[in-house]
Formats: sequence, C-alpha cells, structure tokens
Amino acid sequence: MTSTTVRPLTASLHNRAEGGEQSPKAMIFLIVLWAAMFIAIGVLLVLIVTTLVNGAARLDLRLFTEYPASSPARAGARPAILGSIWVIATTAVLAIPLGVAAAVQLEEFADKTKRINRIIELNVQNLAAIPSVVYGLLALALLTVLGVQNKNLVIAGATALSLLILPVIIIATREALRSVPAEIREGSLALGATPMQTMWRQTLPSAVPGIATGAILALSRALGEAAPLLLLGALVFVSYDPNGLLSGYTTLPIQIFNWTGRPQEEFRVLAAAASIVLLALLLAMNALAIYIRNRFQRRW
Amino acid sequence: MVDNLTAPPAAAATTPAVAEATELPVPATPTTAGAGGSVAGHVPAPRSNPAQSLTTAVRRPGELVAGWLLRLAAWLTIAITVGIVIALIVPSIEFFTQVSPFEFLFGTRWAPRFADASFGVIPLVTATAWTTMIALLTAVPIGLGTAVLLSEYAKPGIRKVLKPILEVLAGVPTVVYGLFALEFVQSTVFRDWLNLPTGSFSVLAAGLVMGVMIVPTVASLSEDAMSAVPNSMRQGSAALGANRMQTSIRVVFPAALSGIVAAVVLGISRAVGETMIVAIAAGGQARIVTGALEQGQTMTGFIANAALGDSRVGSLEYDTLFAVGLLLFAITLTINVIAIRIVRRFREAY
Repeated sequence: MTSTTVRPLTASLHNRAEGGEQSPKAMIFLIVLWAAMFIAIGVLLVLIVTTLVNGAARLDLRLFTEYPASSPARAGARPAILGSIWVIATTAVLAIPLGVAAAVQLEEFADKTKRINRIIELNVQNLAAIPSVVYGLLALALLTVLGVQNKNLVIAGATALSLLILPVIIIATREALRSVPAEIREGSLALGATPMQTMWRQTLPSAVPGIATGAILALSRALGEAAPLLLLGALVFVSYDPNGLLSGYTTLPIQIFNWTGRPQEEFRVLAAAASIVLLALLLAMNALAIYIRNRFQRRW
Repeated sequence: MVDNLTAPPAAAATTPAVAEATELPVPATPTTAGAGGSVAGHVPAPRSNPAQSLTTAVRRPGELVAGWLLRLAAWLTIAITVGIVIALIVPSIEFFTQVSPFEFLFGTRWAPRFADASFGVIPLVTATAWTTMIALLTAVPIGLGTAVLLSEYAKPGIRKVLKPILEVLAGVPTVVYGLFALEFVQSTVFRDWLNLPTGSFSVLAAGLVMGVMIVPTVASLSEDAMSAVPNSMRQGSAALGANRMQTSIRVVFPAALSGIVAAVVLGISRAVGETMIVAIAAGGQARIVTGALEQGQTMTGFIANAALGDSRVGSLEYDTLFAVGLLLFAITLTINVIAIRIVRRFREAY
C-alpha cells in the first residue's frame, strides 16, 4: 500500500531539474571538479615529460662521472651529486634526533596547561611556514657571528637545512605519537615502567613507521631545496669530490640553477638532465615514504 | 614487574596516579603503601625491600638527564625563532642608520648597486604582489576543486590513488619548477605558441607555475577541513532533498570555511616566500611591474641574486640583504599568525 504512494514521490524528487544528482548544473559542477584535478595532474605530467625530452640527450654516464666544466660537452654533476649526499646525510643526523626529541617532549611529557608549552607549540607551527631563504639568512648571520670566513662548508649547509626541516619533523612525529593509543602507555606504566621507559620501549617504537614517513618526506624537501644554500655560497665551481664536514660542496639543485642561468642552450640540456636525476631521487623517496606508511603503519 | 602482574589491585591503584604524573619517575601515593606491603607478603620479590620500591621513587640519574635533553630540544625551537629575529634585526638596524625607513618602504626606485644608490623597496614589493596574485588565482580554484572532489565525491579507492599523485606536486624541487617555467611555459608556450609580446622572463610564467606548486598545500588542508565536517550534516542536507553539489556548496563549504581560509592564507605565505622559481623565471631587473607579461625582481629574487655576489660582512650590500629579509619575514609572519588565529578561533568542534 504505502510503497505505491512513496515510489512516484521519490521518482519525482530525482527527476527535478534543480535537485537531482544528474541535473545539468550538478553534472557541470562535477566536470569542473574533475577538470581541476586533471589540470593539476596534467601539469605534473607535462613537467615530467618536457624535462625528460629536454634532458634525454645528456642523461648519460658523463653526468655522473664528470666534473663541471666550461664546455658543456665535458661537464657533469659528479661533485653536485656527492655534495647532495653529504649535505642530506648530515642534515638527517642533525635534524631527526632533535626533531623527534622535541616532539616527544611536547607530546608525551610537556604539561599542556602551561603557557610556555603552548607558546612552543604555536612557535613550531609558525616556524614551519617561514620562507626557506630566511633560514639561509639565519645561518649566514650565525657563521658571521662565529667568524667563519669561508661559508661554503658541508656542515653549514646541513645546519641551515636542519633548521628548515626541524618543524616538519616535529609536526610529523607528534602526529605519529598521538596515534599511539593511550592503552599502550597505561599498560606499560601499570607494569611498573617509568614514563621514560614507557616512551623509549613502547610509545616511540610504535610510532616509528609514522616518524620514518615524516622524516623521509622532510629530507626529500631538504634535498630539493636551493635557496638557503645559495646564501651560504654553495654556488661555486667545485672540481673535487667533497670529503668531509668541513669540505666545500655544491648540491644538485644549485648545479641545476647554475646551468639554467648560462646562455648556451647545451647547459639548459644539462640542467634538464640533472633535473631528471633529482626528480628520480625524490620520487623514489616519496614512494618509499608512501610504502612505509601503507605497509607498516598499524591501525589501532 | 612480576609482583605487579600477580597483584591486580595494586596495579589498578597505581595506574591513574602514574599516568597523570608525567615528569616524576615514580610518584609515591599514600594509598599504595598498604597494597605494596600486602603484595610483598604473598609473592617472594626479587628486590631487597619491595615495599619501599613501590612507594618511593628509585633515583634514576639517566632519566633525569634524558628529561632535560628532551626539554632542551623543545626549547631549541624557541631559540631558532629568537635567533631569526636577532639575525634579521641587527644588520637591519645598521641598514636603517644609513637609509631612512621611510625611503626604504615608500621609495619607488630599487638600485642598491648603482653609483647613485637608491633603496626604495616598492619595485620588489610590486613584483612579489604580482607573482603572488597570479599564483593564488591559479592555486585557489584548482586546489578547492580538487579538495571538494576528494572529500565529497571520490570513492576511497580513487582517493588513495589521487592523493599521493597530488602530493608529488608538492615534492617537485623548486629549481625544477623554475626551469619548467623558464623553458616550457615562458619560452615555448608564451613566445613560440601564443606569440605573446614578452621577453625571456615574466611574472606570469613564474606565478602560474608557483600556483601549481601550492595547489597541494591548498588542496590537502582544505580537504582535511571538509572531511572533518560530520556526516550527519551531509545526511541532513540530503534528507531535505539537496544533491551532492548543493550539499558541497551550501553545507560542507560554509562549515569548513575557517579551514579553507587558513589553507588559502598559508598558500599566500608560501607564494610570498618562494625563491627559486622567481629567481629563475621572473627576471632580475628591479622595477615597478605594471603588467603580467613584464619581468620583475621579487623580494626573494633579490635576496637570491644578491647572495650570488660576494658581499662583505658589514657592507651596506650585506645589510640590505637582511633588511629585505626582515620585511619578508614580517609579511609572512603576519600572514601565518592570521592563519593560525583563524583556525583557532573559528574551528567548529563537531
């Protein structure tokens, strides 16, 4: 009885030009949304394809084995690639322990009702949004205060990049710690562990996948960053392999910037070829981060 | 450990107290004293004096040190901010003793390296304003469209594929974006294909590519805000006969507005501070920009370019770098604080 009266009513609701899920307006809206998505992904594809096409001619072994040279045919990015590895490894050693420690303090131990801790929290959010050149200026001023004349040092570049990615690591680690359920901590405390032992043996290990994902993404950001290093004199002609924390260096993004600014077309080709290497590295890091997130992250 | 396991009452008694006290190693509560004693009576404990071990804290110097190290790490973040402020202000004061702040902020000619040097920052500001506006006009529609699609329409499977792809956009290094803007957008598209009257550089090419770069920022923060709107509101809207478009525009969008505004504001802050794209593709001549196809040097572009020249510490050139940096920092700080305030004040607790 009732079904016969209800059915025409719902049918009329769905057919109304104004309100239906298939009405012209709603369809156009959906098309616009998909268009936005396709523009974003399309630009990414065009960027990758044009970089590949432009750089394919010089994507050969010479890029990895040769040193920069005034003649494009003999030039390579060997010191830049090694320099990037040195700087990023040092950045990881400096930034990850500090960032994780700060996050653990803020998330596990800090009394959130205290004013100072709220200020620190707000401050971390704000640090994450400060332009990267400003970190370069900070490192430059720091070196000036220390009286360092030659600023092109691996440790100086790594310090600037560590300060830059520190807030990113803190925020990611806090999120990872927050997703560890309170029962894990309470269980550990109930068995007699101290808060510090609970953090070190239970909470932190449970949060490792999330921390690893955040740290890898932060390091990939540091790997692609050029602006702060420009201020620290990384744009130099390096014709040797960097070999220590106090060694001179140049990095892959800086080398790309250098070649982009040259008038000869061949150097633009080299820049594109180096960009392919950099993009491949970053995509690999991103993929690793996503893999860790999907494979190891536990859902509680 | 073992005696606590076999004595649930004692464990239950200590748990809330321990969980609350976050800094002391083991808090002593008077109620556990008796319980601890009774435990000792039943189970042979490994410690010499189990009753005491449960009531008074064992001194753990290592933990004390670790606690202070953690605190230091957290305080370091404050030190960084203070360091930035000092690092920027001290050389800037030096700068403003030689150039009046009025001339700096309102002067219309930027020529710090010429014989008749002039330090009016307006040309740099107009270039930054142009690239930022163009970037926003690109990023806001695309970013919001993507966010609505991901939050309101996409099935979980599609989302899981699209989101990482979108995140790759944020991971592309800015030098690569810069090269793309210079070689493809400006040189190939604008000059070869469209025959636009423009030179080797333009704020339009830099701004458009920068817009694409900040799409993920706008999209993911907006999507978070929209996903946080409870489903009951969508269901209520649907029950009143609205389709998904109407629900998205009239219910979800207004409910998530604070998060969306914050996303856009953070996008602005990233566009203002972006350096490499504008250093490569926007041009190197500091002059007032009046059209999108002109070239222009932004504030960040100036800092990047000035860094290439070897400016002596203490020279006016060196101080100029920091004065422009201070202005940049002040602008982005204001924007960030506004964004954080918006999120805090208008966050709807559903």
